[in-house]
Amino acid sequence: MGIEITGVSKRFGDFVALDDVSLSIPSGQLTALLGPSGGGKSTLLRIVAGLESSDEGQVVIEGRDTTGVPAQKRNVGFVFQHYAAFKHMTVAKNVAFGLEIRKRPKAEVKAKVDELLELVHLTQFAHRLPSQLSGGQRQRMALARALAIEPSVLLLDEPFGALDAKVRKELRDWLRRLHDEVHVTTVFVTHDQEEALEVADSLVVINDGRIEQVGTPDDLYDKPASDFVLSFLGPVTTLGDRLIRPHDIEISRYEQAAVVDGPITRWTRVGFEVRLEVTPTDPRHPDPVQVVLTRSDATALGLHPGDRVWLRPQSGADTVVPA
Amino acid sequence: MTTLAPTDPGTARQRRSRASSSLTRGSAIGLGLTLTWFSLLVLIPLALVVVSAAEGGWQTFADTLRNPQTAAALRLTVTQSLLVTLVNVVMGTLIAWVLVRDSFPGKALLEVVIDIPFALPTIVAGLVLLSLYGPQSPIGIDVANTEASVFLALLFVTLPFVVRTVQPVLIELDRDVEEAAASLGASRFTTFRRVLLPALTPAITAGAALSFARGISEYGSLVLLSGNLPLKTEVASVRILTYIENGNEAAAAAVATILLVVALLAITVLQLVSRAVARRG
Amino acid sequence: MASRTRAPRTAGTYVRRTVVAVYLFLLVVWPVALVVRHTFDGGTANLEAALTDPVVTTALRLTVVVAVWAVVINTVFGVAISILLVRHEFRGRRVLSALIDLPLSVSPVVVGLALLLAYGGANGALGPTVEGLGLQIAFATPGIVMATAFVALPLVIREVVPVLEEVGTEQEQAARSLGAGGWQTFRRITLPSIKWALVYGVVLSLARSLGEFGAVKIISGNLIGQTQTATLVVEQKYQDFEQGSAYATSFLLALIAVAALVVVTVLRPKEDPDGD
Repeated sequence: MGIEITGVSKRFGDFVALDDVSLSIPSGQLTALLGPSGGGKSTLLRIVAGLESSDEGQVVIEGRDTTGVPAQKRNVGFVFQHYAAFKHMTVAKNVAFGLEIRKRPKAEVKAKVDELLELVHLTQFAHRLPSQLSGGQRQRMALARALAIEPSVLLLDEPFGALDAKVRKELRDWLRRLHDEVHVTTVFVTHDQEEALEVADSLVVINDGRIEQVGTPDDLYDKPASDFVLSFLGPVTTLGDRLIRPHDIEISRYEQAAVVDGPITRWTRVGFEVRLEVTPTDPRHPDPVQVVLTRSDATALGLHPGDRVWLRPQSGADTVVPA
Repeated sequence: MTTLAPTDPGTARQRRSRASSSLTRGSAIGLGLTLTWFSLLVLIPLALVVVSAAEGGWQTFADTLRNPQTAAALRLTVTQSLLVTLVNVVMGTLIAWVLVRDSFPGKALLEVVIDIPFALPTIVAGLVLLSLYGPQSPIGIDVANTEASVFLALLFVTLPFVVRTVQPVLIELDRDVEEAAASLGASRFTTFRRVLLPALTPAITAGAALSFARGISEYGSLVLLSGNLPLKTEVASVRILTYIENGNEAAAAAVATILLVVALLAITVLQLVSRAVARRG
Repeated sequence: MASRTRAPRTAGTYVRRTVVAVYLFLLVVWPVALVVRHTFDGGTANLEAALTDPVVTTALRLTVVVAVWAVVINTVFGVAISILLVRHEFRGRRVLSALIDLPLSVSPVVVGLALLLAYGGANGALGPTVEGLGLQIAFATPGIVMATAFVALPLVIREVVPVLEEVGTEQEQAARSLGAGGWQTFRRITLPSIKWALVYGVVLSLARSLGEFGAVKIISGNLIGQTQTATLVVEQKYQDFEQGSAYATSFLLALIAVAALVVVTVLRPKEDPDGD
């Protein structure tokens, strides 16, 4: 059940947006489609919603083949990056729209709208126009509007992309809690790896119209299937001939069995972190290596700018050979 | 405010604003119906003008244009339209400037005044001008039945075009750029010439094209004012009407074809300008 | 949006302001004011005479009927073609969008000639066929409606197209995803968002339709009391030295045109109420 995507391809002229994508999204989960912009993740979401048609392939939602079914008959909740608020309608009317289209009795519509506005904390804004709301409030309204039709799946296209950092963080936590309450199968698109890692039950990394890897946040962070996934999910540096996360490097002032050694050529303090750059003496690896450690560790190790240090992967750290 | 900028759907926003690239069945039927109506109303009749000009043969066409009265009418129409367009380029830009950059009591009234020539029936426009610049002029200026009356009438009816194309561009123009130019040491005139004018040129060109096209095709405002004196104040439109009234449809179509070609040239200029602007972002 | 700060006023500011004010006063304001004054030269006598003259009243009635028809046709057609041009991709879309502007630059006399060549009863290309079906176009009301619809055709489209582009498709897509069909989406989402542009386009079309002269003169045959519209009456009355009637009829036409302009200028929201 959930969403079954089989062999979906989509082209825009010469540009291949999706290339034979197959994916199974389990019921009741919060799934993130993660990838760089232009990678095809939004296109995939819009194909699931019926807002775009695929050139090939099949999408089955909760056991129902949606091929050829127009968007308005799919019962899919869709939330747009720029809210797509109906500007001429009040907040309550926006939320009621889908129910009115379905010709539900007035009392039922009102009860449902009240309940949803409560859920998204917009009760006191029911009679305002969208233009009188902040971005975060508009997006909560859009979410309530999508949930009103009791969709079989909820799709969100970069839902927090247009909001500033603080509101984005709040809404992110709130979406997670909301999902724990309503449990509708939810898929959201994002290019922000932190957002995906923090909120989603499972992640789908999409790049160049293909799926790079599917798994839980831990799977992907710790066992990246490719150097693309590794580098997309967090900072990465080259140690010798392998890719590694900068905080997975063991650093020592004393000579030891090491991959590279050299002087600390750059020293930046950011809050509780210290970021170092070590320029290897070995001419075969001329690129500086980034190392991250906590300030207390740096003090305990007695490190100073200019010191010669020896670097190797910490035991148990994952490294990837670049493609 | 009248929007007179060229209609060009789908430039920068093309990808976002177009839902589907192909037509659904409903919209295909809609397209068919609207195209049929558009053809019946506009395309077929206009094509017939060209066809009947061609049917008369090249000889009729050439003879018509060599007719001294027709040649004089065409010459007068083009000359006066060019002159009026020139005045509009200067005055229209100036008026747009004052409307956007200046503020004073009664400015809102000026906005309405600009649109009056556009809204006023052309025959009324002629009568209006006649009341100040005709035989009973309270200031003693009587241009009725002279070449100047053609100039005056065209000036009146084409007033909004340059103003209304330049105004929105001027509103959108960032003051920062001018301030940057000034901070780099440019004088006000240099700033205008090197920074503002290039930005306004497409809009001025578009306004000038509309203004010229309107001037070439004007008829109603001239009827009462110019006296339609052959070889003196008779314009191309009046010439066509005379041919129609004399039952010489081939000759009427020949002159009309020339006006049509000029109109087509004008909208081509508009399209090219709007595309160039779209490319520049 | 440009910043609202204004450059300091210099002598040039006042020179420019004066030049513009004098120019517009001499070209538009004073002449229009004189027509109003001439209309009321003998009190309301001119207006009363005009409004009791059956030639004038018949013409005014015909003008209103024709204008209403032309506006309705251009509104329906204009909205349909605007949506097709902005929301759909088809071959020849660019050419069509350019041709839409053509009626703005074609001489009314050419319009009249073109319609006559197509729908003239005796030797028009389509005229005899259409007349065989029992519909007389040239020298009758349908012809006047067509001529009027022709000259005012781009006005609705030119107002609606930019707004349709500006609002984008997201709201329409949202409506679809919430279950709205094509017609429901149009009526509940698209139409409200182009409402003001449409009102403005309709008013401009109405003003233009009431005032068309050249094209109507040719296609109508200018038959007094039958196919003569208000603008044609102005010409005839003036040439017949009934200047009082000419001024009064002009005044009425100008009044409607200017009133329409003012109403719309006041009605239209200055800017998109939405901040983004």
